[in-house]
Amino acid sequence: MPSTATPTARYSLVAIALHWLLALAIVTCFCVGLYMADLPFSLTRIKLFNWHKWAGISILALSAIRLLWRLTHRPPADPPMPSWQARAAHLTHVLLYGFFFAVPLAGWAYSSAAGFPIVWFGVIHLPDLVAPDKALSETLKELHGLLAYGLAGLVVMHIAAALQHQFIKRDNLIRRMLP
Amino acid sequence: MKALLATLLLAASVGAQAQAKLQPAQSDLSFQAHQMGVPVDGHFKHFDAQLAFDPAKLAAAQVSFTVDMNSGTIGAPEYDAELVKAAWFNAGKLPQAVFKSTAFKPAGAGRYEVAGTLTIKGQSKPVVVPVTLSKSGATTVATGSLAIKRLDFKIGEGEWTDTSVVADDVTVKFKLAFTGL
Repeated sequence: MPSTATPTARYSLVAIALHWLLALAIVTCFCVGLYMADLPFSLTRIKLFNWHKWAGISILALSAIRLLWRLTHRPPADPPMPSWQARAAHLTHVLLYGFFFAVPLAGWAYSSAAGFPIVWFGVIHLPDLVAPDKALSETLKELHGLLAYGLAGLVVMHIAAALQHQFIKRDNLIRRMLP
Repeated sequence: MKALLATLLLAASVGAQAQAKLQPAQSDLSFQAHQMGVPVDGHFKHFDAQLAFDPAKLAAAQVSFTVDMNSGTIGAPEYDAELVKAAWFNAGKLPQAVFKSTAFKPAGAGRYEVAGTLTIKGQSKPVVVPVTLSKSGATTVATGSLAIKRLDFKIGEGEWTDTSVVADDVTVKFKLAFTGL
């Protein structure tokens, strides 16, 4: 691991690992969530719902670690860019972090309200965030979905900006985040 | 004539014992299953019991317990609708689960081991149900729980026999309040 004392143009290896691990987990979780929502009652539906919940809680936990790491480790400085672009990039990053927590927390609360407590990996019983309540579970289901779409929108913006740097500005900014 | 005779004989044999009456409002029949580690709690709304019981004449004690399999609920309508289907309870064709006792054995103060046959979904298994009796006022409450294997009774057929998703072990709990004991 490069020493933090040495100036570096790259993110730390921990930040890079967490970025790509969470990118994969979040995209997979989103796609599985979309697919499973309308499945009829079946073995597959129950499996996917549980896996989705386990993955969501894992994303929540990893995001907490990632946030702590981000707050205690200075990222590389911005490359030269118009100030509106820098502001947009920073705002997107802040919102992304917010949604990393909001989406799984809303899902967790939805599961609690629906009367199905989450047992992480089938072993660890997590506390219910809210008491079982049919009406509340419908609201939280909507909210969880809306937040997930919001996160998807932010991810699309984030990727579009990375592609713009790579193929239009050609500043190879992506190397900061490549392993 | 035969039927009448049988009825009379039955009445005579039960008449020898105190005939108890179930109080449904104070009674409860619930079960707990697990899907991928998540406890799923359900209960039955309708059930009935015929009990003839006198602790002094234990050999003559009898209980017959019936459950309306169409009355099962886990509190989520979309799951309840699945529960009555052929793969699970098949409640349309086999609407009743029955426990019929064959012998009562004392097991300490107020405790009994009730051997009998449990029939769910047309599948019969011998079981021994531990029961605790407690009396308060005119009411006698019988409580206990029984661990069963759902696959013994073909509950969850086809893909649902996969016990890594829905566990085989199911706990049935009962609290039956009787008057007239």
